[in-house]
Amino acid sequence: MSDIPLVLPAFVCIPLVAAFLLPIFGSFGRKGRAAATALANLATISLLVMSIASINQFSVYNVGKWSIPLGINMVLDGLTGLFLITVNLVSSAAMLFSVRYMEQYTAKPKYLSLFMLMVAGMNGVVLTGDLFNLFVFLEIASIASYALVGFGCEDEQLEASFKYMVLGEVGSMFVLLAIGLVYGVTGALNMAYISKAVQNNSANVVLNFALALFIAGFGLKAALVPFHSWLPDAHSSAPAPISAMLSGVLIKVLGVYALVRTIFSIFGISSTVGNLLVVLGVVNMIAGAFLAIGQGDLKRLLAYSSISQVGYVFLGIGLGGTLLAAKTDSVWASLAILGGLFHLLNHAVSKSLLFLTSGSVEMSTGTRQLNQLGGLAEKLPLTRAACAIASASIVGIPPFGGFWSKLILVIAAIGAGVYWAAALIVAVSVCTLIMYLKVHRYVFLGELPESQRQIKENRGSMAVAMICLACLCVLIGLVFLVPSLRAEVLEPAAKVLSDGVRYADKIIEISKDMLVCAD
Amino acid sequence: MKGMTVIVKTISSWVKVLIFLFGINIVLFGHLTPGGGFAGGVILASSYVLLMLAFGREFAEKNLSLTAASRLDCVGALMFAAVALVGLFYGAASFFWNFIHQQYLADKATEFKLVSAGIIPLCNIAIGLKVGASLFLVILLLSAYRINVSTNKKE
Amino acid sequence: MLYALCFLLFVIGLYCAVVKKNMVKIVVGLAVMEYAVNLFLIMLGYRTNGTAPIVDRTYYDFSTHQVTDVFLNSAVDPLPQALVLTSIVIGLGCLALMISICIRTYEKYGTFDITQIRKLKG
Repeated sequence: MSDIPLVLPAFVCIPLVAAFLLPIFGSFGRKGRAAATALANLATISLLVMSIASINQFSVYNVGKWSIPLGINMVLDGLTGLFLITVNLVSSAAMLFSVRYMEQYTAKPKYLSLFMLMVAGMNGVVLTGDLFNLFVFLEIASIASYALVGFGCEDEQLEASFKYMVLGEVGSMFVLLAIGLVYGVTGALNMAYISKAVQNNSANVVLNFALALFIAGFGLKAALVPFHSWLPDAHSSAPAPISAMLSGVLIKVLGVYALVRTIFSIFGISSTVGNLLVVLGVVNMIAGAFLAIGQGDLKRLLAYSSISQVGYVFLGIGLGGTLLAAKTDSVWASLAILGGLFHLLNHAVSKSLLFLTSGSVEMSTGTRQLNQLGGLAEKLPLTRAACAIASASIVGIPPFGGFWSKLILVIAAIGAGVYWAAALIVAVSVCTLIMYLKVHRYVFLGELPESQRQIKENRGSMAVAMICLACLCVLIGLVFLVPSLRAEVLEPAAKVLSDGVRYADKIIEISKDMLVCAD
Repeated sequence: MKGMTVIVKTISSWVKVLIFLFGINIVLFGHLTPGGGFAGGVILASSYVLLMLAFGREFAEKNLSLTAASRLDCVGALMFAAVALVGLFYGAASFFWNFIHQQYLADKATEFKLVSAGIIPLCNIAIGLKVGASLFLVILLLSAYRINVSTNKKE
Repeated sequence: MLYALCFLLFVIGLYCAVVKKNMVKIVVGLAVMEYAVNLFLIMLGYRTNGTAPIVDRTYYDFSTHQVTDVFLNSAVDPLPQALVLTSIVIGLGCLALMISICIRTYEKYGTFDITQIRKLKG
């Protein structure tokens, strides 16, 4: 597996070409639309195969054979490999689900083409090695997602899309201003060169201001607590596969990955920033859990639960960062980072499965309000099983994946001596258990209302997508338990973060071996 | 949207050709003078917008229909992708490699001439086509709204 | 000094996007913010008494096929100009999407006032 020459631009090129071929197919009538759907599914599944082939590789690709700092390079390292698997897994499941689900909407080829643009943008964000290129791909993915949230053009969807769009654009403007400030001080846009220049003048006021702007801008994309108000509206009003994509991968790629890459590989972690990440993570966990319990709308409850789980990821990464910055106990530091990243993978798989099951419920019954649902256990058995597996995984019940990631986080917190963090993790897990018990009691148990005696189970591609993700929820614990899989998937990612600014040395070292100019 | 008076219609039917030609000039000479794909594409779209303002929306739509503009848009993007991908399969491959310049033109003295700089004029043409078609689509679609305020407001 | 004015323009745009109640005014505020950041990026590349970074025959030495040193010492930095070109295109796409959402929302709700467009609560 290690000597397949990987063409890294294919991850971005395949979805972009598909995005522009699909409207041409779609304008040819019914057969054209079926061909367009098949092409879109083929594209996402081939991306998934390519991203599995790229586990545990390290390669640098100079686009156009211009070596840095003249050109843009694409870098595949451990962190990128983990995120590529996450993004392409969830997107192929969501695309499979939307084959049947999007029949309720018109203009399906436009939906497919926007979906492909979003996937291309997310792949580009994780693969690029240049800071402005990251901004361009971030904008591509964001604008595609604004359009997708308001896709059905109902009242609520348009309102949610407008709110999401205004806040998302403010975040992007903060990021662009920060990139401008960094270019003004360092004179480079490539991440490796910026990292070198920042290490030389680290106490510069302008650079600290730029770091604060980066945290604000990317935090807005990741729904950190002062900036989270767009998330419940957007994630509950979007069509179900788009909610799965937004909550499962978009907030993590655009928010968590970009922030982590900027802080750890470019600026270098310091104890102030590490403590800030811990505080933000804790506030997210508590606020998300408490606000979710009182919700009456199924998808809004799941959206607030997303905010809470992203808090776990930030807690793990921030804890590891503080320990790294204090230069003691690096075993617990890398364990905490590993726990945070593994929890990110788990949450992506389980939360997207939960949103897909809620879409199945909504398509069968026509409503999302918890007090109008009930007793669906006999009518929708497959959906009920999938929902049970996914919520068990998120809460952290033993054989499923979420248990292992929360266990790693608790062990790392206790080992580092931060006992209140371990207690908090367990307490918020209990709150999470309460909210998912509420979901089950209202949706699946209880009395079946009169208006819903006629509904049937959803079959076809929706069932296939849900079964695949449910099996994955069960098996994903093995990624941690089987040592060879752990060493290939999770440990390179954690190593990238604990290496920190040595990323720049590696990249510059490799590019000195490549040709100087296009030849 | 209805058209305008006879004076405006006559003059604009002469001027739109000049604007279109100017747009093509900006696109083609993008590697020598300021401009390039995006700026030239905006000028190309504005010649169609002049047509729409002077003659009315239905006339402009008959001239370049929605499906035709959408297909031109996609063809422009696919042309750009094709130019980038040929660099991948040609010789000492790399994505987006300037293969025309490195293989054919690097030894000749081609500064300040129209045929120079490799794939850059081809990319400019593709982008100009795409931007012109999509801006025209955007303005055509935004002007198609007849706002019927729904009856259940202010609840 | 000029950078401070750019930041002032950015803050004015941010204030407009945060405080105003009419949807179209919020969109205008976002556009002003975007143009402020573009202006800041262009001003980063400026060099005192600089010239436009376009090579023509007076700045080019045909014998050695290189641009002259006079040009390299007097041209402003062209890299921020390329960044701003990309940013303008992104801003255009975003603006078109926002305006079309505003139009559709007016169709559904009958008003541009965001305090009355509040069906999603809690």
